[in-house]
Amino acid sequence: MRRKITVFLIVAVCFLLQTTLFQSISFLTVAPNLLIIVTASFGFMRGKKEGMYIGLLCGLLVDIFYANILGGYALLYMYIGYMNGFFRKLFFPEDFKLPMLLISASDFVYNFVIYFFLFLFRNRLDFPYYLSHVILPELVYTLLMMIVLYFLILKINRRLEEIERKRAAKFVS
Amino acid sequence: MARVKRKNKTSIPAKYILLALTGVCFLLMFGSFTFGWVSGPVGDAASYVFIPMQRGLTTVGNWISDKTYELSNLKNVMKENEELKAQVDELTDELNTRKLEQYDTEDLRALLELDEGYSEYNKVAASVIGKDAGNWFDTFLIDKGSKDGITVGMNVITGRGVAGIITEVGSNYAKVRSIIDDMSSVSGMVLSTSDNCVINGDLQTMDERQMITFSNLKDTDNKVAVGDQVVTSYISSEYVQGLLIGYISEIHVNSNNLTKSGLISPVVDFEHVKHVLVITDLKTTTQTQEE
Repeated sequence: MRRKITVFLIVAVCFLLQTTLFQSISFLTVAPNLLIIVTASFGFMRGKKEGMYIGLLCGLLVDIFYANILGGYALLYMYIGYMNGFFRKLFFPEDFKLPMLLISASDFVYNFVIYFFLFLFRNRLDFPYYLSHVILPELVYTLLMMIVLYFLILKINRRLEEIERKRAAKFVS
Repeated sequence: MARVKRKNKTSIPAKYILLALTGVCFLLMFGSFTFGWVSGPVGDAASYVFIPMQRGLTTVGNWISDKTYELSNLKNVMKENEELKAQVDELTDELNTRKLEQYDTEDLRALLELDEGYSEYNKVAASVIGKDAGNWFDTFLIDKGSKDGITVGMNVITGRGVAGIITEVGSNYAKVRSIIDDMSSVSGMVLSTSDNCVINGDLQTMDERQMITFSNLKDTDNKVAVGDQVVTSYISSEYVQGLLIGYISEIHVNSNNLTKSGLISPVVDFEHVKHVLVITDLKTTTQTQEE
């Protein structure tokens, strides 16, 4: 329960920051994607199931407030969370390279899927332009934000796991 | 033994849950696409939690962007300040009062003109509280919803011209798709010749040159020129007539030699839009009233 509330708070705060503060201080008219950081990090830190649920929550929030149809972003975020879950076995908290790689890959896939379904299908064919003006700037900005956010999530997760372990030990004895 | 069995039963493999949730998502997409489901009670509940916080944070964000702008202008301002101080010394009290009076009349005159321009419509003022979570589209939320009498299809304007249209309404918020959104398409009219054209938002031209595109302009007399005003057309099914969209800044003839297309620079500054007016008269209702 404690974990659920904490995760919900993290998602809510990131959603709020992403749609308000970071939109008004965005440079090059590009804002970072905090929700993808949260979804991907919990995916490779906690596994497929948790990544999936958190992705679904993030996607639903975006769907409810900003999308034209319900379910699209939910689906996208959910699969990204699930896919990141496959890398749980390779993940070590001390290693910074894998999270960086996974989060950039997630952000790229996320934006590419959006481009593919919502832009390419409407005859917007100039992919190099969109790559260099939307996808890559967002990726760089997201990675910059990741340096702060990722370590915060890592710390929170470690604290939560500690509490859970202590409780489990209590039940056994 | 029985305990172990139950434990196995309760933990369903992740892939089955994924499959089930995928189904749910597709159902949602299908439902909202064909039956026009909107978020409903879940969205309302979510909006009661998130909308007030978004409102607050946007204020903070606006404050920060204002402050950075102020800081970058500090040098100029300091220089100006010295000049102004010198000027103030020179000016007599009488001149000051006269200038104040003049400003007042100018302000009032401008307000009067603006109000006369769009005065035939009823309007509700609203503030922008959040912008699209991604970088692909240009939608934003305003802090007025169905409680304030806002419905889908109402036009949103700023003091200068048309900003967008309401596409979804919650009880205390509404979603606006701006005219520069990549999926937006407005029927417009060149004011000087009354020729109709279609105006499409475009992420690429907007990013590169702060402009949106128009097409299907049938200008047989070759009279439309760069700098002409473009307003919303009387044949538009969504937008009320005569709202200023922008000025033509580039025209070229299409390969079929019949129609023209080009670029329009919109009058509204979409980067810094903070307050908007919602026109509560719908296009369809104004038509029925006229009939």
